Amino acid sequence: MRHAAVALILLLLVGVLAFFAVSPEHGWWLPPSASTVATEIDGLFDAIGIVIAVGFVLVMVLLAWAVWHGAQNREGRSRSTHGHTGLEIAWTAAVAAVLVAIAFGQLPTWAALRDPAGKPAGGPTAVVVAQQWSWRFEHAGLDGRLGTVDDLETAFELVVPAGEPVLLELRSRDVIHSFFVPELRLKQDVVPGRSAPLWFTISEPGTFELVCAELCGFGHYAMAGRVRALPRAEYDMWLAERARDQRSRGSEDAR
Amino acid sequence: MSGARGGFWRTWIFSVDHKVVGIQYLVASASMLFLGGLLAMAIRWQLAWPWTEMPIVGQLVFGDVGRVMNPAAYTALFTMHGTAMVFFAILPLLTGAFGNFLVPLLVGAPDMAFPRLNAASFWIFLAACATFLASAFVEGGASNSGWTAYPPLATLPSAAPGSGSGQSLWLVAIVVLGVSSILNALNAVVTVVKMRAPGMTWMRLPLTAWGLFVASALQLAALPVLTAGGILQLCDRWIGTGFYTPVGLIVNSVAPDAVATTGGSPLLWQHLFWFYSHPAVYVMVLPAMGFVSDILSVNARKPVFGYKPMVWAITSIAGLGLIVWGHHMFTSGLGFEMGRAFMLSTMLIALPSAVKTFNWIATIWGGRIRLTAAMCFALGFVALFVIGGLSGLWLAATPVDVYLHDTYLVVAHFHYIVFGGTVLAIFAALHHWIPKMTGRALSETLGRWHFLGTFIALNCVFLPMHQLGIAGMIRRTADPSVYELFDRLVPLNRFVTWSAFALFAWQSLFVVNLAWSLFRGARVGRNPWEATTLEWETTSPPPHGNFDSELVISCGPYEYGDAAGERDFRPQTRSTA
Repeated sequence: MRHAAVALILLLLVGVLAFFAVSPEHGWWLPPSASTVATEIDGLFDAIGIVIAVGFVLVMVLLAWAVWHGAQNREGRSRSTHGHTGLEIAWTAAVAAVLVAIAFGQLPTWAALRDPAGKPAGGPTAVVVAQQWSWRFEHAGLDGRLGTVDDLETAFELVVPAGEPVLLELRSRDVIHSFFVPELRLKQDVVPGRSAPLWFTISEPGTFELVCAELCGFGHYAMAGRVRALPRAEYDMWLAERARDQRSRGSEDAR
Repeated sequence: MSGARGGFWRTWIFSVDHKVVGIQYLVASASMLFLGGLLAMAIRWQLAWPWTEMPIVGQLVFGDVGRVMNPAAYTALFTMHGTAMVFFAILPLLTGAFGNFLVPLLVGAPDMAFPRLNAASFWIFLAACATFLASAFVEGGASNSGWTAYPPLATLPSAAPGSGSGQSLWLVAIVVLGVSSILNALNAVVTVVKMRAPGMTWMRLPLTAWGLFVASALQLAALPVLTAGGILQLCDRWIGTGFYTPVGLIVNSVAPDAVATTGGSPLLWQHLFWFYSHPAVYVMVLPAMGFVSDILSVNARKPVFGYKPMVWAITSIAGLGLIVWGHHMFTSGLGFEMGRAFMLSTMLIALPSAVKTFNWIATIWGGRIRLTAAMCFALGFVALFVIGGLSGLWLAATPVDVYLHDTYLVVAHFHYIVFGGTVLAIFAALHHWIPKMTGRALSETLGRWHFLGTFIALNCVFLPMHQLGIAGMIRRTADPSVYELFDRLVPLNRFVTWSAFALFAWQSLFVVNLAWSLFRGARVGRNPWEATTLEWETTSPPPHGNFDSELVISCGPYEYGDAAGERDFRPQTRSTA
């Protein structure tokens, strides 16, 4: 039976490691990263992942070892030891050191994500309006300012410039939603009654899925959207084109 | 159990004996555990084969509505699953069932401090269960705003079908449950403080007693906050106070009633909810840690390693547990500094948990291990609690949490703690203490087989959820295939579902074992495990009043091994001579 017990612990050890090892090649892993902060977050994820792996292997090996030797001890008695102050201090200090390292190691990335000091100057590039169960976007237009005539409204797709800081203002009309773009590693709840700023820089042009990550009713699962990042020139062109469309539509309406 | 007189009703239904109340809690909350498991099967079916006809459970759950899932039913389903499991199964199994049965026995008291109050807390609990179950059968169906019930989704009937009467009943159930748990916790705390037998000093309490005591104290400190918060949400719904509802909402193209939008804050609820519901996680794990410490020590025939650091760890987990609730709100707009502060407190709470893990390994290190079924489950707890704890490191790091928050990694993380950890510890405790409850042994062989299948299947269920979450798959989604990003996850989701069915079916082994034991199990004496603590001093099951002799406690609870005397253990009541 002790063979079975130790085999089970080792099966867990090997199984977990093997499963994690093969996951990336099947795509069961972080999606490609597409923002400057995403690279930092992935680095943290990997670093903490190594700590986790080391801790896991250490504990499983110790556990297997203890069970192996303890379960074959048929005669005699165990030693009535009640503890060892030195050992307690040693492992408390070791774990504390690792935790302090993780805690302080992640501070710069947290600052890059959320420190208000790093918020881009000026008004938002676009306002995101969430409602059950769709996304609406008000782009600032060519003049870069919201609340002017050249503002552009889109549904489903947000268009932003790549390679430069983008500032969004998130609002909700009804319940709590969450603006989640997995490839940008960004998530911000959109709480009604307050607006949340969100800033980031997309590294390369591309199209990224936008996911609602906070339960917002039964249509929550289908509250999909898209973020398209264009090079600055194309972005300006897109704005101009859309502004023209909007004007002509407007003049048609006037007639 | 509580004497021959009185017949069935007096003995088993309207008894005030703490052991009967404990068993009543056990039966009621185990039934809710079964229900929660059944709901989980339906959830898994939908995630593996979205919008297809569901056999068996579909008919049970949806009946005449049709056997195919619809989005509103799915949201109600996971709301009911989470609520049933956390509030009506795991918490009452620990503090209600084991807390009531064990606390007086472990401290050497004849009963709880307030036996009638104790019976009352069970009946109030049952009323809460009934209200919760009834909420599924009202117009609009069960609450479908998640077990976290975030407003305004939960407070505005126009926002979700279940946010009508279903949500009101859900809140009533939570408030009534809160009252029951507060009474129960108060009873446990007073019993441990005031009714310990002569010589039972604090530092001679078994760790199970410590775990249950501290968990109860934690409930006393934090549960009134959620209960009051729930009453506020009811006020929002019933008399239009608007504590949680901001001004100017447009739901479904209509503005809600003017009275309901007086400028409240949805974040207020999140603070109040998590102020209890995070400590609740520790209420769900501290007693489990206690069981495991005791069972490891008994079956390794060795004292718990580092008793005082273990006590220190339990109390500091509880203390820190009160100041980490904000880590559920890293993405909710808590702000930069608050995120940093809650990150630090969260990192800090990992420390006592790690210390406990090392102490458990050191406890069995060099022991003379008996691989009883209880021991297998306890060792399983240690292995899987470690996985759940370690994945918490990713979630504690704020920038990584921003990505992982509300994904399946969180689901994997807390299921490793609550199922891999607490549920395994509950099975360990059942194997360990059922002989004391019923006077009959469970089958060790069947118990070990039950453990083996459960251990393998539960890892197959919850391990791949890490990968799902790392790939970005969100929680509470009825159909991940809406997103291209999650397309590749279909095989994983199906594997998880098959494993979940196996895990659920395998639990029948325990039911068989229990049924067999109740009627055919071998009679056990007072102390089948050769354990030192007080509950093993008395008969199995113990009589009304618990102990047939005067107790004088002369040593700590973990005198095992070569220094223990003529046998390899020294009961707590024997003189040290």
